[in-house]
Amino acid sequence: MASAPPHLLGEAAASPAALRRFLHGLPGVDQVGCEARTASLSTRSIKTTSKAWALDLAISTIDLTTLEGQDTVGKVRALCAKALHPDPADASCPRVAAICVYPDLVATARAALGDSNVRVASVATAFPSGRSSLDVKLQDTRDAVSAGAHEVDMVIDRGAFLSGDYQRAFDEIVATKQACGTAHLKVILETGELMTYDNVRRASWLSMLAGADFIKTSTGKVQPAATMPVTLVMLQAVRDFRDATGRQVGVKAAGGISTAKDAIRYLVMVNETVGDDWLDPAWFRIGASRLLNDLLMQRTKLTTGRYCGPDYFTLD
Amino acid sequence: MSFEYAPAPESRSVVDLKSSYGLFIDGNWVDGSAHSFKSVSPATEEVLAEISEASDDDVDAAVKAARRAFTRVWAPMSGVERAKYLYRIARILQERARELAVLESLDNGKPIKESRDVDVPLVAAYFFYYAGWADKLDHAGMGTNPQPLGVAGQVIPWNFPLLMLAWKIAPALACGNTVVLKPAETTSLTALLFAEICQQADLPPGVVNIVTGAGDTGRAVVAHPGVDKVAFTGSTEVGKAIARTVAGTNKSVTLELGGKAANIVFDDAPLDQAVEGIVNGIFFNQGHVCCAGSRLLVQESVYDDVLTRLKQRMATLRIGDPLDKNTDIGAINSAEQLAKIRELSEVGETEGAERWSAPCELPDRGFWFAPTIFTGVSQAHRIAREEIFGPVLSVLTFRTPAEAVEKANNTPFGLSAGVWTDKGSRILWVANRLRAGVVWSNTFNRFDPTSPFGGYKESGFGREGGRHGLEAYLAH
Repeated sequence: MASAPPHLLGEAAASPAALRRFLHGLPGVDQVGCEARTASLSTRSIKTTSKAWALDLAISTIDLTTLEGQDTVGKVRALCAKALHPDPADASCPRVAAICVYPDLVATARAALGDSNVRVASVATAFPSGRSSLDVKLQDTRDAVSAGAHEVDMVIDRGAFLSGDYQRAFDEIVATKQACGTAHLKVILETGELMTYDNVRRASWLSMLAGADFIKTSTGKVQPAATMPVTLVMLQAVRDFRDATGRQVGVKAAGGISTAKDAIRYLVMVNETVGDDWLDPAWFRIGASRLLNDLLMQRTKLTTGRYCGPDYFTLD
Repeated sequence: MSFEYAPAPESRSVVDLKSSYGLFIDGNWVDGSAHSFKSVSPATEEVLAEISEASDDDVDAAVKAARRAFTRVWAPMSGVERAKYLYRIARILQERARELAVLESLDNGKPIKESRDVDVPLVAAYFFYYAGWADKLDHAGMGTNPQPLGVAGQVIPWNFPLLMLAWKIAPALACGNTVVLKPAETTSLTALLFAEICQQADLPPGVVNIVTGAGDTGRAVVAHPGVDKVAFTGSTEVGKAIARTVAGTNKSVTLELGGKAANIVFDDAPLDQAVEGIVNGIFFNQGHVCCAGSRLLVQESVYDDVLTRLKQRMATLRIGDPLDKNTDIGAINSAEQLAKIRELSEVGETEGAERWSAPCELPDRGFWFAPTIFTGVSQAHRIAREEIFGPVLSVLTFRTPAEAVEKANNTPFGLSAGVWTDKGSRILWVANRLRAGVVWSNTFNRFDPTSPFGGYKESGFGREGGRHGLEAYLAH
């Protein structure tokens, strides 16, 4: 899309028909080829110094997440403590990028994190289904922001998107972005419900055109959550979008990434698809709860030469 | 921040290299009666081993051994029993896969990820596939009782040393023939390791004979009056010489020769995957692939877009130590081949095409050539007509599907082609008009034992692989 004239992008938002024409004019994605590419990227062998570097980067890109009905103030405080000092025994261990919680726990997280550089992200817009009126979704967003959320993770209206009502999905993102004020907006595509890579590419472009600061794969509540092929299509989309508009958009892979090995594969994919510019917590995130402990375990193994049992790492 | 990959070399210790190798004739290792020559690692120019050169007498001994094995043991043996040997060989190939992959990368220069993930798994797959045919030949559609031809003289190239051996030996043995095989002089080592595997599998002596050497040895194999069937994979020039040698004899021949495949990208193609396919089509195995997609035909309306993406992608290719697990592009197989690639690339520039190479550092020692594309190429340029057999892509454009087909077919070769479009009807329309033995749609350089492979025109005749591959080794 290097050559797409900017006025075309403006036109895309001008009418439902123009938006549809634009999204359906994007190059298709060949499923077999896309999956073969990620399989080939997964064979990269990351060892010794590069592994140490990648483990630290992976830790620093984590949105440490708890999104359960049974979440408590105590659990969020514990999670915040872990975010600040993932490995209490090793001061050189980097902090995670953010804590991700429901809106009612944002204030707790802000208080626990103080003025550290760990961000607070809140899901909003009737997460995870998005099945609510626009007013309710926007109020949800405003609640999160006024409680102090730095980042808002919204869900797109999959019903509207899948039925072809792109304009409605687009308008909701625009409205939510407005409700965010200065908070960063991450738009969750819920790729597990979009079914095709063509749809993932269209939803990515739709979200970026509507003003997303980040595009995010999944809520974590639908299977499959993040997969490598889906994330690859989204990385190609942000690369092409920057080529066309000059604006850089971040990518967040969320859900299902639970081992250090997987996390490193994602970082390799980022490196070889969009390069250094995205190898930074400001532009690439991994949404996870279990992943951090495996990263810490591998990190300890790398420095001490020995594996410690899981009891040596805190549960949250 | 920048993500550097630390060296991740596969260990050489799994390979037990001998300082010198003899010939494998009649189940035994014998010293060649002529000279010996050296096999070097193209990545470092390190001498790996001394290899015997088979003289005419050695070839004669090999053919006689193959004849004895054919008449006394292999042809009379039931298909069920032959299959057992082939299955056993296939299993040993899998068991020793790592050793074979490391040796192949050492000797040939191809990246370990290709020898490990493509060559060696396919080698085992071809043996398994043809093992399955050995007791079903009556049902292959070639009459009720098809018979083997006798002794097959097989000459193979250096680009896929072990895989080409498998393409030749597996169907020949399944059909009840015995073989005398000559590997390429720069890449004999995996064929010699295969001979060890034949011993390990208790294959009856003389069923497989390996004679090493250069052109003279190959000529002796092809010209030997005791050879009933000649199978060759290699250059069109040598293929023509072989055709002249066997003319007027009773020998049957299959030739798999050069190519100058068109990889056609339409404007509605899945572009990111098409770029992967272009890269895989020409840079896989350093472009030392007879069916390489060495002519890229791009529809004008997406030309800029495709070129931008292609250059971005090429900049991420990792060139270097073939044994490093993260290497994408290995070494050029020989100084001679490197000189040929350089010469044709210079001709490309002289003829006015624009050259662009991926920014990369090449090692000081060994034979290396950076992945390169030429734009502004026309059909008249030598780089669009001749097989370069290296990591060099010629880019041409077209406007209409008819023009794409016309340009794609406008070559003396006809081995393979690729079509990239999201439109199914266009794939079929184009594929039906392409004069190429293999047409890949929305992929490139995919191989499978069940699929026949072979050329039109100067790319040769006969088919290898699949049920069709049996025809070359059966009288019917």
